[in-house]
Amino acid sequence: MNKPEYRQTTFLGLRKEAIANIFPFINRLSQNWNEEKVIHPFRVVLNKEISDHVRSWRFIILILLISLTCLGSIYTALANFSKAAGPNDPDGAFFFLKLFTITDGTLPSFVVFISFLGPLLGISLGFDAVNSEYNHRTLSRILSQPIYRDYLLNAKFLAALTVISVMFFALGFLVMGFGLVNIGIPPTVEEFLRILTFVALSILYVAFWLNLSILFSVQFRQPATSALAGIAVWIFFSIFYGMIVNLITRSFAPSELAGENQVIAFESFKLGLLRVMPNQLFSEATSTLLMPSVRSLGPLSMEQVYGTIPGPLPFGQSLLLVWPQVTGLLAATLLCFALSYFSFMRREIRSR
Amino acid sequence: MDGNIIELVDLTKKYGSFTAVNQLNLSIRKSEIFGLLGPNGAGKSTTILMMLGLTDPTSGSVTVCGINPTTNPIEAKRRIGYLPEDVGFYYNRTGAENLIYTAQLNGSPEKLASQSAEQLLARVGLSEESGKKTGKYSRGMLQRLGLADVLIKNPEVIILDEPTLGIDPTGVREFLDLIVALSREEGITVLFSSHDLHHVQQVCDRVGLFVGGKLLAEGDIQSLSRKLFAKSPYVIEARLSVKEEEKSEGELIFTAARLQALLINISGVNEVTKTNDLFEIGCSSDTTAEIARVLVDAGIGILHLNKKEYGLADIYYRYFEGGIGHE
Repeated sequence: MNKPEYRQTTFLGLRKEAIANIFPFINRLSQNWNEEKVIHPFRVVLNKEISDHVRSWRFIILILLISLTCLGSIYTALANFSKAAGPNDPDGAFFFLKLFTITDGTLPSFVVFISFLGPLLGISLGFDAVNSEYNHRTLSRILSQPIYRDYLLNAKFLAALTVISVMFFALGFLVMGFGLVNIGIPPTVEEFLRILTFVALSILYVAFWLNLSILFSVQFRQPATSALAGIAVWIFFSIFYGMIVNLITRSFAPSELAGENQVIAFESFKLGLLRVMPNQLFSEATSTLLMPSVRSLGPLSMEQVYGTIPGPLPFGQSLLLVWPQVTGLLAATLLCFALSYFSFMRREIRSR
Repeated sequence: MDGNIIELVDLTKKYGSFTAVNQLNLSIRKSEIFGLLGPNGAGKSTTILMMLGLTDPTSGSVTVCGINPTTNPIEAKRRIGYLPEDVGFYYNRTGAENLIYTAQLNGSPEKLASQSAEQLLARVGLSEESGKKTGKYSRGMLQRLGLADVLIKNPEVIILDEPTLGIDPTGVREFLDLIVALSREEGITVLFSSHDLHHVQQVCDRVGLFVGGKLLAEGDIQSLSRKLFAKSPYVIEARLSVKEEEKSEGELIFTAARLQALLINISGVNEVTKTNDLFEIGCSSDTTAEIARVLVDAGIGILHLNKKEYGLADIYYRYFEGGIGHE
């Protein structure tokens, strides 16, 4: 490979090196934009995947859909804001968080929207990740370039994740900005941290669905099949799974005369079954983060509740409370990724 | 060995109980054009995949440019340009963008990549289409873009899997000419797989015949035909006009046996066969002139007399008959 030659550009009569010496920061910046720099192959794949997402109609449609729903939920939240903060509300001190959770019943809140649309976003960004390369016959050509095979899979995942992260952080900050302008009360540091954690959690949640759909895209050759499989899992979890759990647990529900311990054991068992769903994990985690008064996610006995004063938990404690949920989501995400990685790396790539 | 850029030793690939490639031994010299010839499913593509390290051999070894692609695929892929069968490009990107992407994957800085993309597009005759999305390219254009894509990494070896599939005859001709020119100018070793005998014959220095995962024969076309048609290396085709009265005598008109009887005195004539109107005279030496003289003396009109050159097609079919018989 030829060594790239360095251009002698001048700026205001100064040699480039001279400028570089005066402003090392500018020099570093301009080097990033330097066309002569060799970019690591992984970055090349990543850049291409990100620009594919950003250019695609699919992404434009999704971003329109999600911004619209967000605008709607902010609107209802702001319209009902005065009613929301009652005098006896333990969350009353956390004005700002209410932006994300309150609703008048006509339109779901921001949190509900995200938990509903997140899977759709994840599935639609990943369902054709690998099989479209295959169907357009680009896969064997790209894999015959001197790159490791997992670069492609990792870049596909990371590109979609980057796009989602940027989008979610932008949306989260937009909601905060709107709220700030409209209610005029700045968020406290704790509220800000809670919102940031919530956004990060939403990204993790979408990452799970993204990985699931990438797994399907490795498994199924037809993009339509893999999209359908992703949507089927989504619908199963959001509609049917809860019903099935109810159906199963009803048969051995404790009688009304049963002791407290028995009831608690039953309720925890039922909750445990429900927590297989990523939706459940996500909604538990977000409600704890955005409603600081939530202090337990399982059933509590009278003994435990007795004598407690309803009050908000500090941020650290809330985080500690949702830690199992976060770990569960992360584990599910990693499991999907590992499965698709395993399946993709072992596959023989033929051109047709 | 020196001068051999590709060495396959006892290469075997099994899929379950099916053996796709069986005990393959093959060496390809530097800067020659080698044709891998065989019917569909003969194991050509599998062999190519093993050379690229895209699939692992069950046993045996591959060495390309002194590198084992099974254990060190990245280095091997840096040196080998591979044009897959029915190549595809990112349809929503332009031809130039696709090439630059490949160049960057090979560690070329963007500026250099776009320069060489431009040059190569001109080379394969796609300069005018460089700004067009590849989704709008025709099959032949895609194939030429594929060749540019292979060349942009400055490979030592290029492997073309069925590159002439689906291109029209003039396109094929241009494409093959391009390959030959490139190989000669740059000294690139070309491995060319095809089931189209004609194309292979046009460009390849040597060919290897693949049937059922085995390399049945290898060598240049002349030596292959000499080996195969050892008994009658020369075949003369004749179409004769026979007088009406002779034709009406009996049901059997002018038969191969009668012609053989006529030609019995010419030394070197081995056998005469007849298909429809065409006689094929197998000889051990070139006897065209004598045959013509005998026929004219016998008062038989010659409509057509031709010394047949054995092409790859004949070799191919002959091997097929033989190849199936051996197994």
